[in-house]
Amino acid sequence: MQQKPTLLTILDVLSIIVIGYATYSALFIAPTELVMGEVQRVFYFHVGTGWVALLGFIIASIAGILYLINKKMIWDRFGFAAVEVSCMFFIITIILGSVWARPAWNTWWTWDVRLTTAAITELIFIAYFMLRAGIEDPEKRARFGAIYTILGGLSAPITFMVIRLFRSIHPVVVGNPSAEAQGGFDMSVDMRNTLFIALIAFTILFIDFIWHRVRLGALQEKVEELKLEKIS
Amino acid sequence: MNPSFLKATLAIIHKDLAAEFRSRELLTAMLSFSVLVILIFNFALDLNPDVRQTVTAGVLWTTFAFAGTLGLNRSMAVEKDRGCMDGLLLAPVDRSAIFFGKAISNLAFMLIVEAIVLPLYAFFYNETRIFQWEFIAVLLLGSIGYIAVGTLLSAMTIQTRTREILLPILLFPVVVPVLIASVLASGAIINDMTLPQIMSPLNLLIVYDVIFIAVSFMFFDFIVEE
Repeated sequence: MQQKPTLLTILDVLSIIVIGYATYSALFIAPTELVMGEVQRVFYFHVGTGWVALLGFIIASIAGILYLINKKMIWDRFGFAAVEVSCMFFIITIILGSVWARPAWNTWWTWDVRLTTAAITELIFIAYFMLRAGIEDPEKRARFGAIYTILGGLSAPITFMVIRLFRSIHPVVVGNPSAEAQGGFDMSVDMRNTLFIALIAFTILFIDFIWHRVRLGALQEKVEELKLEKIS
Repeated sequence: MNPSFLKATLAIIHKDLAAEFRSRELLTAMLSFSVLVILIFNFALDLNPDVRQTVTAGVLWTTFAFAGTLGLNRSMAVEKDRGCMDGLLLAPVDRSAIFFGKAISNLAFMLIVEAIVLPLYAFFYNETRIFQWEFIAVLLLGSIGYIAVGTLLSAMTIQTRTREILLPILLFPVVVPVLIASVLASGAIINDMTLPQIMSPLNLLIVYDVIFIAVSFMFFDFIVEE
């Protein structure tokens, strides 16, 4: 059994600290938004989780390409870890977004570009898990999984562009001054700092999760191998 | 193009079409299913003339998308169940020829179904605006994208434990841009909208087709290798 690397332990502690600080910063340091009030504080974690979810989705496609190129199982573990972690963060992003949208848009959900694309991406993830569950041979599972993540990674941007042809009401907060009508707002310095802290905190947490999941994947494979040995 | 590649592709198309025209299993299933879906839509959405104005494109595309999975599943299952796929793979031809052969015959089945369902829809609902060449062109482009990804994914799902159940679940989230773009473009054509409103979804549809034909062509080798 492999020893847990020291760096990973350090990363664990670090992510607890930064997430704690990001929470504190979002709740107490950032000023209350003038129009929307306290509910706007959800924004920092919404963007933070959304960012890492997207990062995971992209990493999964890249891991898929790398797996198909050199057929090393490490890329499969990496891709699977990225999809799983990204799937969880996407759900959190959607829930946090709904919490904000209820008072801001007066609805939990609307078929807007970002929301719809997030929902479809979530469905791609679920399909990916079902595909993997239906294949016993680990090599074939890795190969099919890699292909499906790449297909998903290619179609999601096109989905986004197609849905944009419908009208969108999601605010573009960063670098867009004219979005106030849709629930957008100008950020003060404290807000900007808090957002920045949240982004860094979630990126560290994301790396930590992926690392743990890759290790877990290696252990799972070992268990599977042992089981096969016992049977044969 | 390499003449032996073309020959192999044509041979597979010929085989599929000949088998289908003798048994007529797949087309009958797809057609009766399509008519059933349209019938259900009629009562589910209450397709009176006002509603039809906006939902015709959506109803037709939903019908084709659902019927399409039936065809894709069947066409691959036949190869797998009787061990034909192994025979095809053993043949000394380029494997992408197998992909194109299967994809083109799948496309042919899909187009045949569309060619029968469209007049039926026009007959049931007195809707002649669907007979415009622009509408047909969108139908063709949409079907190409749908079938390219569908053929690839059906080759994949047929090798899994859950088989038929899995195809629509894998296919629909990936093929969603095709369906949305096609519905937008054909809806705009039916309602006599301006050219930009037709062209912007159409451009994305073409982009999708090109990307996914290329990708499916590249990945088919990885899917059938043992």
